Amino acid sequence: MLRLVSFALFLATWWIAALFVGGPKLPSPTAVLNVMLAEAASGALFLHLGATLARVILAFVLAMSLGSAIGYLMGRNRLADKLGDPWLILLLNLPALVVIVLAYIWAGLTEAAAIAAIAINKLPTAVVTLREGTRALDSALDEMATVFAIPRWRAFRHVVLPQLAPYIAAAARSGLSLVWKIVLVAELLGRPNGVGFEIGVAFQLFDTPRLLAYSLTFAAVVLVIETTLVQPFEARTTRWRPRAA
Amino acid sequence: MRLEIDIKAKAFKNAAGETQDVLAPVQFSLRDGEVGVLVGPSGCGKSTMLRIILGLDPDFEGAIVRPPEARIGMVFQEPRLLPWRSVEQNVRLAAPDVSDTKLAELFKILELEAHRSHFPGELSLGLARRVALARAFAVEPDILVLDEPLASLDDALAARLREEIATLVASRPVLTLLVTHSIDDAVRLGDRLFFLSPRPARIVAEVPIHIPRAARGDAEISAIKAGLNRRAERDVS
Repeated sequence: MLRLVSFALFLATWWIAALFVGGPKLPSPTAVLNVMLAEAASGALFLHLGATLARVILAFVLAMSLGSAIGYLMGRNRLADKLGDPWLILLLNLPALVVIVLAYIWAGLTEAAAIAAIAINKLPTAVVTLREGTRALDSALDEMATVFAIPRWRAFRHVVLPQLAPYIAAAARSGLSLVWKIVLVAELLGRPNGVGFEIGVAFQLFDTPRLLAYSLTFAAVVLVIETTLVQPFEARTTRWRPRAA
Repeated sequence: MRLEIDIKAKAFKNAAGETQDVLAPVQFSLRDGEVGVLVGPSGCGKSTMLRIILGLDPDFEGAIVRPPEARIGMVFQEPRLLPWRSVEQNVRLAAPDVSDTKLAELFKILELEAHRSHFPGELSLGLARRVALARAFAVEPDILVLDEPLASLDDALAARLREEIATLVASRPVLTLLVTHSIDDAVRLGDRLFFLSPRPARIVAEVPIHIPRAARGDAEISAIKAGLNRRAERDVS
């Protein structure tokens, strides 16, 4: 309910601002909605959204699985941590733009280059979060598993993974928001479709209604995925915890 | 089944880089069905010794001999339950092959039937210790290790849990190593008591108790304790 009120407030503010500013710079909500409907009717909206979503999913899965594995290794193994740490610091501080441009220069304007560039941008935050999670693992529980001779994989699944789950959820949460942002830049710079590409075109034509139509649809999709997938996963991983009052 | 402990030395390096001996030479062995009790003051090195015996700390001089296939059941001082698994799931993780009948029997002895589906966060320390006991017995251990299983419980609760441990040991005799600082627990549960010195720990006295556990009433316990006191006074003088 509160969410709806806050959303209605936003729309009202936008409407009033559009009335004052007017013109092509800030179109009214209805003008944007009309563009959205037209793009949806032609199928273009879904095509571009689909392309962007596919890139997000691929890059996200790639970065999360690789990042979690590396983070776990660095958290468990001192040598791996020492070897990996400088690279981690470098990647963490490297601007997304540099990675994307270099990927396109070295691998061409290809799908693989775009996805790799997005994944590389997300990778270090997943590594850092999972490394922290691994360092925070309870060694007393590890010892329990060793003493009771619980097989390695079973212990990993039932003793280690549940302890890492909140960290994985946190990495997924922050990682997804990072990927949402970077994917558009990668598309703007070197892909022939996707929301980022459309925003680039709209920018060149100074077509604000179109720009807003794509951006807002994209934001809506992000919101839906966050509330229907990420938040329930987070809640599931922590359901055994006593609830805060 | 036989457990042979022959620790020659164990040392730690402190913050200043100096080597500190935690354990002096310690040598004893336990047979199948025998309950050995390590009694010593807090901080004397009992936990270090346990970690070595359990194979968690390979960094010592000496040897621990036990059959490699020996199953170990352990009750840690802090129960070490997985907070995201229910009581029953905690037990089944360590003992995946335990039968429903066996589990029901254990839960009955330990009065855990009502708590099967509870999570550890919902349990008191006394209940959590019982779950840890159920887990240790559910694996049908060849070697049972109990590390201060009655510490920080009030007297009444400790007495009840002690009875339950005695019942479990009687129902399935197993080589047991109990670590405690309580003479009372040692005398009520043990077959052989090993008294440890302050750090670096060594065995200062080994006392067998010949009265069967089931026959140890309050009078017998007092007599054994009086005997131990006389012995201690004699050793001092």
